[in-house]
Amino acid sequence: MSELMLTLLRLGFLAVLWALVIITVLVLRRDLRAPRDARPLVAVTVGAGASRPFAPDRPKKKQAKNSPRTLIVVEGPLNGTVIPLGAADITIGRAPDSTLVLDDDYASNNHARISLVDGAWIVQDMGSTNGTWIDKTRLTAPIALTPGRQLKVGRTVLELRR
Amino acid sequence: MSSSAIPVPRYRQPTRRTTELGLCVLALLIGSAGYIQVDLAVLGSIASDTMPVLCALAALLLLAHSATRWLAPYSDPILVPTVAVLNIMGLTMIHRLDLAEAQRAARNGDIAPSPDVYTQLTWTALGIVLFCAVLFVIRDHRGLQRYTYTAMFAGLVLLLLPLVPGIGATINGATLWVRLGPLSFQPGELAKILLTIFFAGYLTVTRDSLALVRTKVLGIEFPRGRDLGPLVVAWFISLGVLVFERDLGTSLLFFGLFVSLLYVATQRRSWLVIGTVLFLSGAALSYLAFGHVRLRVNIWLDPFADESDTGYQIAQSIYGFASGGMFGSGLGQGYPQLVPYAKSDFIMAAMGEELGLVGVMALLLLYGVVVERGLRTAVACRDVFGSLLAAGLSIVIALQVFIVVGGVSRLIPLTGLTTPFLSQGGSSLIANWIAIGLIMRVSDTARRPDIDVVALQEAPTQVVRR
Repeated sequence: MSELMLTLLRLGFLAVLWALVIITVLVLRRDLRAPRDARPLVAVTVGAGASRPFAPDRPKKKQAKNSPRTLIVVEGPLNGTVIPLGAADITIGRAPDSTLVLDDDYASNNHARISLVDGAWIVQDMGSTNGTWIDKTRLTAPIALTPGRQLKVGRTVLELRR
Repeated sequence: MSSSAIPVPRYRQPTRRTTELGLCVLALLIGSAGYIQVDLAVLGSIASDTMPVLCALAALLLLAHSATRWLAPYSDPILVPTVAVLNIMGLTMIHRLDLAEAQRAARNGDIAPSPDVYTQLTWTALGIVLFCAVLFVIRDHRGLQRYTYTAMFAGLVLLLLPLVPGIGATINGATLWVRLGPLSFQPGELAKILLTIFFAGYLTVTRDSLALVRTKVLGIEFPRGRDLGPLVVAWFISLGVLVFERDLGTSLLFFGLFVSLLYVATQRRSWLVIGTVLFLSGAALSYLAFGHVRLRVNIWLDPFADESDTGYQIAQSIYGFASGGMFGSGLGQGYPQLVPYAKSDFIMAAMGEELGLVGVMALLLLYGVVVERGLRTAVACRDVFGSLLAAGLSIVIALQVFIVVGGVSRLIPLTGLTTPFLSQGGSSLIANWIAIGLIMRVSDTARRPDIDVVALQEAPTQVVRR
């Protein structure tokens, strides 16, 4: 091995070692952005109105006179928490961006969603592991929540109050 | 309106396995380049046994990659290739020192010592097999939380095992080894994983009470007195390891791990303050009380005072770094064999001599990437136990690199610890591969999309009719 060759090898090896570090960091950078990809890309609707993701033509969210105004936690670690009901959907789960964030091993990240449809509050299970329950029956389809009925998510029980 | 529009988000989470494969190939190519360069520089040609070693490494990497593809498809794509590069670099340096020893033996007319690189390769193989086994056996890291106290018990037993007369062995002043027949093992390496599992499980349960605040001093909130108990126990155990096994590194590693995890779990800076105070007082006490600690500190302060005797290791290590300079002498072209324990504790000094500052920085950055991925996994993980487990294992690797590299470069007093993945030593290598396996398992759970939305969309029960 000639001296020149060895010097080239020596510097070349350092160069490729750094190339590896740089490539790794580039991959890492791309990976840091990955959570953005993981956000909902397409909102798909179920049923007939499939082309309108968030249904802008949904009937105006007007609350009836006697409609519930709050959602209140009646059992579980967050007992006593009151969520005022507006027009916006209420999401329940462990995900930090939920309206009601549960710190509960029995709840899923996106556990349930309560949305105002035609003046009624519809509960929908978001594919939770342990299910969403209304008065001891497990939800298999979205159902209207009315005052007096108990909604159970993990170890938390919620009720609508006027 | 026949049905109401209920939006169901659709998630697309890339698995990134192909990225991992690409990086693995790159890691193997670069590692092989170094290995071959050693042969070219020392022997002038490629040794006959180099290709089988590289092929074995390729097969092992392929095994690790297939395991992640099959068992943990959403896990982090960067960890395995990064760790693999470090492992191959370690093998390269051990191979290089083997050649140096063979040459010296040939000069002196002695019989060439058997090369250590094969032993290390066998341990690498075992490490990767155990990495796959961790992914296969532990399908959900949350199951480990059930073994919190079992892990504590097993960890403490392993930690104390070297003290048992008959099987414990004292090598170079530290009682760290267990010898069973021809096999010797450092149980402390496995203990660090078990104790991380214990710390994570314990803090998951107790972090709320440990985060309670009573008094505020100098703008920092301090916890209640009775909550100091666990920290004090950890302090006494670390001190016990220091006194009875005479091992500074392990002692520092465990205490640092516990304090860092307390901080991560409770997010109270006061634990760091209390931990540092306890550590400093423990360090001061042991300096006053134990001769071997005082000796280490004195060597650190002035290694050249007694260069031919007590300061010899550090002095040679510093000479190694110095002769390496910025770009190093090149693999196979320096004299790293002059540093004592160049294959194990002082492998960073050997790297510093042959790769220079530039090469050492690249290696340290690779460690940085491993730790960053681990901590990122901890952040992304949704359950507290998984977060603390991933954070703890990353902190172990970070602390260990800091303690050993700081030691050989005379930033802190030298304490005997292995450099993760680089150093010769089977216990350390397999323990670190197991740790990576656990981090991969947590990251697979953390990055996995959690609902099967497609099935949900197609479920007819989702239709609301009115």
